[in-house]
Amino acid sequence: MIDKIIGFFTRHLDPFLMIVVAALLGIGMVVLYSASGGNFSRVGGQLLNMGVAVSVMWIAANVPPQHLARLALPVYALGLALLVGVALFGEISNGARRWLNIGVTRIQPSEIMKIGVPLMLAWYFDRYEAILKLKDFAIGAIVLAVPVGFIAKQPDLGTALLVSSAGFYVLFLAGLSWKIIVGLGAVIAGCLPILWGMMHDYQRQRVLTMLDPSQDPLGSGYHTIQSTIAMGSGGLFGKGWLNGTQARLDFLPERTTDFVFAVYSEEFGLFGNLVLLVLFVLVIGRGLYISANASVLFSRLLAGAVTLTFFTYAFVNMGMVSGILPVVGVPLPLISYGGTSLVTLLFGLGILMSIHTHKRLVKG
Amino acid sequence: MFFRLPFKWPFGRSRSGFRPPARGIEVSRGPSKFRMWLSRLPFKVPAGPPRSGFRPNARGVEMRDLSRELERFHWRLAVCAASVVLLFFVLLLRFFYLQVIQHDYYMTLAEQNRISIVPVVPNRGLILDRNGVVLAHNYSAYTLEISPKSAGPLDELLDQLSELVDIQPRDRKRFRKLLDERRELDSVPVRTRLTDEEVARFSVNRHRFPGVQINARLFRHYPNGEIASHVIGYIGRISEKEQTKLEERGVAANYRGADYIGKVGLEGRYEEDLHGVAGFEEVETDAGGRSVRTLRTTLPVSGNNLHLALDLRVQEIAERAFGKFRGALVAIEPSTGGVVAFVSRPGFDPNLFVEGIDSQNWDLLNNSPDKPLNNRSLQGVYPPGSTFKPFMALAGLELGKRTPDYTISDPGFFVLGGAGHVYRDWKKGGHGMVNLHRSLVISCDTYYYGLAQDLGIDNIHRFIGQFGLGRRTGIDIDGESTGLLPSQEWKMRRFKQKWFGGDTISVGIGQGYNLATPVQLAFATAILANRGIVYRPHLVRQIEDSQSGERRTIEAQPFNKFTISEENLQRVRNAMIDVNRPGGTAGAAFSGAEYAVAGKTGTAQVVGMKAGEKYDEARTPERYRDHALYIAYAPAEAPKLALAILVENGGHGGSVAAPIARAVFDYVILGKEPKPPKEAAPPKDAAPAVQEDEHD
Repeated sequence: MIDKIIGFFTRHLDPFLMIVVAALLGIGMVVLYSASGGNFSRVGGQLLNMGVAVSVMWIAANVPPQHLARLALPVYALGLALLVGVALFGEISNGARRWLNIGVTRIQPSEIMKIGVPLMLAWYFDRYEAILKLKDFAIGAIVLAVPVGFIAKQPDLGTALLVSSAGFYVLFLAGLSWKIIVGLGAVIAGCLPILWGMMHDYQRQRVLTMLDPSQDPLGSGYHTIQSTIAMGSGGLFGKGWLNGTQARLDFLPERTTDFVFAVYSEEFGLFGNLVLLVLFVLVIGRGLYISANASVLFSRLLAGAVTLTFFTYAFVNMGMVSGILPVVGVPLPLISYGGTSLVTLLFGLGILMSIHTHKRLVKG
Repeated sequence: MFFRLPFKWPFGRSRSGFRPPARGIEVSRGPSKFRMWLSRLPFKVPAGPPRSGFRPNARGVEMRDLSRELERFHWRLAVCAASVVLLFFVLLLRFFYLQVIQHDYYMTLAEQNRISIVPVVPNRGLILDRNGVVLAHNYSAYTLEISPKSAGPLDELLDQLSELVDIQPRDRKRFRKLLDERRELDSVPVRTRLTDEEVARFSVNRHRFPGVQINARLFRHYPNGEIASHVIGYIGRISEKEQTKLEERGVAANYRGADYIGKVGLEGRYEEDLHGVAGFEEVETDAGGRSVRTLRTTLPVSGNNLHLALDLRVQEIAERAFGKFRGALVAIEPSTGGVVAFVSRPGFDPNLFVEGIDSQNWDLLNNSPDKPLNNRSLQGVYPPGSTFKPFMALAGLELGKRTPDYTISDPGFFVLGGAGHVYRDWKKGGHGMVNLHRSLVISCDTYYYGLAQDLGIDNIHRFIGQFGLGRRTGIDIDGESTGLLPSQEWKMRRFKQKWFGGDTISVGIGQGYNLATPVQLAFATAILANRGIVYRPHLVRQIEDSQSGERRTIEAQPFNKFTISEENLQRVRNAMIDVNRPGGTAGAAFSGAEYAVAGKTGTAQVVGMKAGEKYDEARTPERYRDHALYIAYAPAEAPKLALAILVENGGHGGSVAAPIARAVFDYVILGKEPKPPKEAAPPKDAAPAVQEDEHD
């Protein structure tokens, strides 16, 4: 009886992923406690977020991929409709129009698209698997570009980046020709000087600040300067838990959310970073393994895209905190405080588990 | 595009891309509740097209295709995996660089951190007249400031502070207002310009007042008070709206720590040049946040200095010459477009605005019937009246509608054919025989009624439009009015009405729909003086870079040029010279002048003023009087200065406006200082003695 109950709850969970995710979430709680200055209500809030997110993950893991495929078009269409709704009736907060009030609560439709876009693209390429032509990639590019355009306009560059990379991964894995990738890259690189010529002085200044934050230590460079000080002063083994001066003395902005990695890095040092990187590599490696072994194209593409998007979160966040990438609003996956991204990320991991376990059942 | 195959798919892969349910174990478990719920959803995945690779007997071909696809997919996945490893390795290298190689450097920073970055506000650029006389500068003074965040209850605090420092109820009121407007984290000044004694008294008691500091700050000062106030404008504290704008423009960082921003006039228009670039200090602070020492300083870059074309002395003479009259004067150097004087009377003291104007002074300025805050030169629109006539005369000659000898016999009125409308000349009984020359000298209306009819409105619009009327001049202060030079097309657009012949007649003498700002009239006069070579009027002549001392000249080149025949110009000029000689409408004002002045008087009726409006009753009669206008340039042969003058409710151009021009010309051309002020302008209530000949 108990076996059955346990079986019911664990049948579609991947133990490997579960262990690594649990480790990451645990680290997240530890860092959050320190970053928030020992604020238990923050920690409690994040625990609640985790509960919701893990439930969502469990549901996702229990939905067979073929059902997911059926949902692709409706989810995508709903997401797009909500994005249009945001553009027309959205609420403005912090200078960007991202939220839609639907009476009961506020939702952020761009978040839906982080799953909706790769789902839609994977479904589409799966449908036309044997006869994929350039035209299909063109259609895929449009399916990708429309929501990204809306999101970038809000403006929410972080989410636009994540959605567009998720879509690009599907296109890439579906076999987008190298010629086009290289060609597109060359065209963009070629356009940059022209764009530079067309920019206003202050816009150029912003780009320059992005490249060299010390140019503008009062403005946008401030975040990066403070986070690199935090990281660099952490050294090999860190200052120890709860001992990070940068974070404790209020110098680090956004230290529980987008810049939480600086707190972690200050307190646990290069060694801690290595541990974190290894955990991320394990998640990503497992995801790619699941993708490689999936039985149908839809699952392969979806699993690949979800995994690589997870990687993008991690890379962009750590890159921006350590000062090699510009500051865009991308959280550190499973570590940063915040319910929305946690739900989205664990939903993605749930999909991975679903793809893996349902295939196993098929084989069995 | 979508259609269903007419037969069942015979192979392992269903059309929707999944293995058929028979091979799935879920079916053997029976459909779960969730599955059944899903299958009841109102939408279905549409069926796809047939696969191109499908041939019923070529199963091997498709298998090979798919396995090649799978191989490619795996290869791509491998590329991704390699990228992931590579990019993470890059991150690791970066971490290594920061945390091992640069560790000591960052450790020091963090140890001292505690290092906070403090903005250093740049010195605002100076504003100087054409001779280097200072119009706006900065001085340093001590202020008493409160950081509301760390201070206790404010009322009590203010009471305690007032024992040490003189705090007036006015200061309290202003403090409250600033408190509401302040940006986050700002400290709010209670008192500015503390005396040394007050500074000393507070310093001794400083420990009693956490959150209260004395800071040395720079203040803006306008040493000439009211003079040229409309040109210089003023700065004021940055409002929330302006803060948002700064953020949108992406320059908010440059304003960290700054309190002031240019609001109007040149201070507003040239804000970007004047503000400069903020510097910053890396300051080591102790646990309480007090700065201990400065580690590194990046000096601010002072704002650039503005060198004006304006001559403060000329400006002063012109403003004095207005006496108690309200009005405007704009004087332009025709050969450059530089604005030498720019008067709007009455003025105001811009110093009142710098630290936030108190409500008492604000009410005084804002509710005064004289409207001292209105920039009449820039924004006031008035009918140009007879000052329009020289341009009409030139149009008549240039477009071949009049010869110099064409003469009319003026009966004192003009009848518009057909309709039989009668248009009266200002002089009852008329002027007798009038040719072009005389029409300007005595300002004959009848002559121009006929000329306007012969030219037609569109010719007038096109020709006189070249002189800049009906369009913004582009002078370098914001808020300029457009004025109005009517045309058929304009009337249709504005009123959806046809242009009537009668509309044209009154336009001919500068009335009707005609409206112009004083700066437009001066601009038109300057173009006339400069024979059709157009320089955009500008107040700032040069911008001096505060670092290199280099000066950038503004509007050095003419921006337009049109040809007028020299002969016709000569004719109009000769007539305009005789306007200012005995027998002309401004003859009295220029009696004994040692130079020739080409000018034209004008009168604009005060319209649209209904009885019963809220005006001070004692003043009402004056406010119903006509506006006096005068345009001129001198010396007539080689013009140094072109100007336009408007005196509100002044009566007649020749008697009220022209003497102001005389005072200005005497100084600019001869270097002659005006006689004591009383004589230069008639006292307000003494109605000017009007002779028939002097009218208009």
